[in-house]
Amino acid sequence: MPLVKNGKIATDIYVHVADGAEIPADGAILVTAARFLEDSEALLQRPGKVGVIWPNNRDLDDLVPYLDRLAAVALVFPSFRDGRAYSQARLLRERYRFNGELRATGQVLRDQFVFMLRAGFDALDVKKEKDADAFAETVKRYTVFYQPTGDGRATALSRRTQLRHSESASP
Amino acid sequence: MYAYDELDRTLLHERVEEFRDQVKRRLSGELTEDEFKILRLQNGVYLQLHAYMFRVAIPYGTLSSKQLRALAYVARRYDRGYGHFTTRQNIQFNWIKLAELPDALADLAEVGIHAMQTSGNNMRNVTSDQWAGVAPSEVEDPRIWSELLRQHTTLHPEFSFLPRKFKIAITASDHDRAAIRIHDIGLRLHKNADGETGFEVLVGGGLGRTPFIGKTIKPFVHGRDILSYVEAILRVYNQYGRRDNIYKARIKILVHELGIEKFGKEVEEEWQLLRDSALTLDDAAIEEVRSRFSYPAYEKLPHMPDELKQAAHDPLFERWRKNSVFPHKAQGYSIVTLSLKPVGGPPGDATAEQMDVIADLADRYSFGEIRVGHEQNLALPHVAKRDLPALWKALDKVGLATPNVNLVSDIIACPGLDYCSLANARSIPIAQELTRRFANHDTAGLIGRLHINISGCINACGHHHVGHIGILGVEKNGEEFYQITIGGRADESAALGTLIGPSVPYAEVADVVEDIVEAYLALRDSPDELFIDTVKRLGVEPFRERVYATR
Repeated sequence: MPLVKNGKIATDIYVHVADGAEIPADGAILVTAARFLEDSEALLQRPGKVGVIWPNNRDLDDLVPYLDRLAAVALVFPSFRDGRAYSQARLLRERYRFNGELRATGQVLRDQFVFMLRAGFDALDVKKEKDADAFAETVKRYTVFYQPTGDGRATALSRRTQLRHSESASP
Repeated sequence: MYAYDELDRTLLHERVEEFRDQVKRRLSGELTEDEFKILRLQNGVYLQLHAYMFRVAIPYGTLSSKQLRALAYVARRYDRGYGHFTTRQNIQFNWIKLAELPDALADLAEVGIHAMQTSGNNMRNVTSDQWAGVAPSEVEDPRIWSELLRQHTTLHPEFSFLPRKFKIAITASDHDRAAIRIHDIGLRLHKNADGETGFEVLVGGGLGRTPFIGKTIKPFVHGRDILSYVEAILRVYNQYGRRDNIYKARIKILVHELGIEKFGKEVEEEWQLLRDSALTLDDAAIEEVRSRFSYPAYEKLPHMPDELKQAAHDPLFERWRKNSVFPHKAQGYSIVTLSLKPVGGPPGDATAEQMDVIADLADRYSFGEIRVGHEQNLALPHVAKRDLPALWKALDKVGLATPNVNLVSDIIACPGLDYCSLANARSIPIAQELTRRFANHDTAGLIGRLHINISGCINACGHHHVGHIGILGVEKNGEEFYQITIGGRADESAALGTLIGPSVPYAEVADVVEDIVEAYLALRDSPDELFIDTVKRLGVEPFRERVYATR
C-alpha cells in the first residue's frame, strides 16, 4: 500500500505496532487508540515519534489532550462510503490546530484525494498502486472550490468578491 | 435566472472530465462495479431494470429556454426522445448508455446544467418554490439563498459521504410549494422583528419507510449564518447518524432517537464553535450572488386586457385559464402551469418535441424562462395576460393545456415497476387508469383540489404519505397490492396520511379511489370544503366504511 505524503510517494517511517506486540526501543511508531490510551505517558516519553490510529466512531475529546505531543494521527476509512473521518480531519486541523501528519488509511482511492486534501490530510495510505501513481494528475483536476476549509484554497465566492472589489477600484 | 460565471463553468467542466475518467476506468475494468457504483451515484447514474437511468438537476426548478432545448437534445440524441420530471426538480432519462454519459454531461455543461449529487449519500439538489421570484407576497426571492446553498453543497469535502442522502428545500411564501416539511432540512425564509432576513430551520422530515414531518430546530437563523448553521447540522449528522442500517441512516432517525431538544443542543454547541468563521456570509457575498440573477423588465400592462375579455367567451379557454393560470406579483402578468398529466399519460413525462415547443413559447411569452415544480408539472413564470389566449392555443396543440392542475388527475407518481429495480408494484398504469376514470374535466373541477400520490414501493419517491389520497404499491405472494391512505398533505400544514384498511389488488385500485371520491362528494358540507378538509373534519372512518362495505 503506497504512502503518498505531501504530494509524493514516500517511505513510511512509522512502524505499525500491533496491539500486544512489543514496542521497539526507538524509531517512529503508529499504535492503536486503545494501546495509546493505555500507556500514553510511557509511549510519549520514549525516543521516537508517536502516531495514533484513531477510529472514526470515537469522539476526538479523548485524543485532544495529547495532540501537541503527537507526531501523527491516522484516521480510518473502513469503506469508501463511510465519511466520518472527513469531519474528524477538519476538526483536528481547523478546531484543534493539529500540525502533525494527518494520515488517511483504509479504503483510500483516487476519487477521494481532493476531498481528503481539502479536509486537511497530508498523508494518504493509498490502496492501489495505480491510484498513487496518478496522484499529481488527480489533485490538479479541480481549480475551483465552493467551500472554505482549513486548507486555505480560495473559494469561488471570495475570488468573485475580490475581483469585483479590484474592478471597482480601478479607474 | 442565475447566470453562471467563469468559475461555475470551470468547475462544471472539471467535474465532467473527472466523471469521464471514472467511466473510462470502469469500462476498462480498473474500477470494480462496487467502487464505480458510489462514483456514478454521485453523478446521478442509477442502474435500473432495463438500462442506466440518468438524473439531471434543475436547481430550485429554474430553467432557461436554452437549457430546456439542451435537455430535449439529450432526450433525442442519447435517449428515446423523452424525459421524466421528478418530485425534486430533476429530470430523468431512462435509456442512456454508460459509454455515452460523459458526452451527454458535457453537452449539458455547455448550458450550465449538471447531474452532480442527484443521487448517492450526499447533499442533493437544493429545491425551492417553483414560483420563486414571481409569487405575490413572497418575503424575497428564495433562489438567491438556494444558489448560495447549491454552491456550498456542491462537492463538499466533508459531506460527500454521509450516512444517507440529504435533501434541502427552501420556501419564502406562507403557502409552501416546496414541501419543506418533508425534507432533511427545510428552510422557511422570513423576517425577524428587526426586519432582517433569516430562516426558520426545520430538520428531520422525510418519507420512505419511516416517515416524519420535520421539526423546528431553530425559529430564526440570520441569513448571514445560514451556511454555518447548515454545516453544524451536517457535522453532527455525519458523525452520529447511523451507518449500520440504511433504513435507519437518514437524519430523521437520528433526530427521532435523540429527540429534537438534544439534537438541537448538539447542533447549537457545534454552531457556536463554527459560526464566526469564513462561513459567515457578508453583504458583499450575498450581493454577488444576487447580482447574477436577472429579472425581466416587466411592462406596465392592464389588469384585464382586451385579448382576455374576448377569449373569455370561449368556455374551453376559460376552463383552462381558471385552472392553470395563477396570480403574478407584477400587474398584467400571470404564472401559467403546464400540466404534464394528460389523460392516459405517464405523469411528469415530456417528449423532446414538447420540450422544444415549451422553450420556444418561453422565449415568445415568458422572457425565456421555465419552472419545474415538485408536482411534476412545468410553469411559464412571466406571461403577459394579453398573451394568454395565444399561449393556450399553442399549448393545446402539443397536449400541454390539460386543465387538471391541482385536480384529481394531476397525479404525482414514481416510475414504479415499469422502470425501477426497487419497486414492488407498478405506479404509472395506476395513474393512467385514474386519469381515464376522471377524464371529464368538469367533474374533476366539481371535485376540486385533490392530490393523489402514488409510490411503487416503500421508498416513497411518489410521496404517497403526503398525498390527499396516497397509494403505495406492495408485494403480496408475488402479486401487486396497494395500500391506500387519506389525509396526507405536503404544504405548510404537512401531515402524514392514515391507512384506510387492508391493501387491495391492482385491478381494484381505481374503483377504490372512485369510492373515496364519491364518499367525499356525499360527505362534504359544501362545495367549498376541500377533500382534505372533509377528511380532517370526519376522520377516515366514513371513507373506510364506504370502501370496504362491499369488499
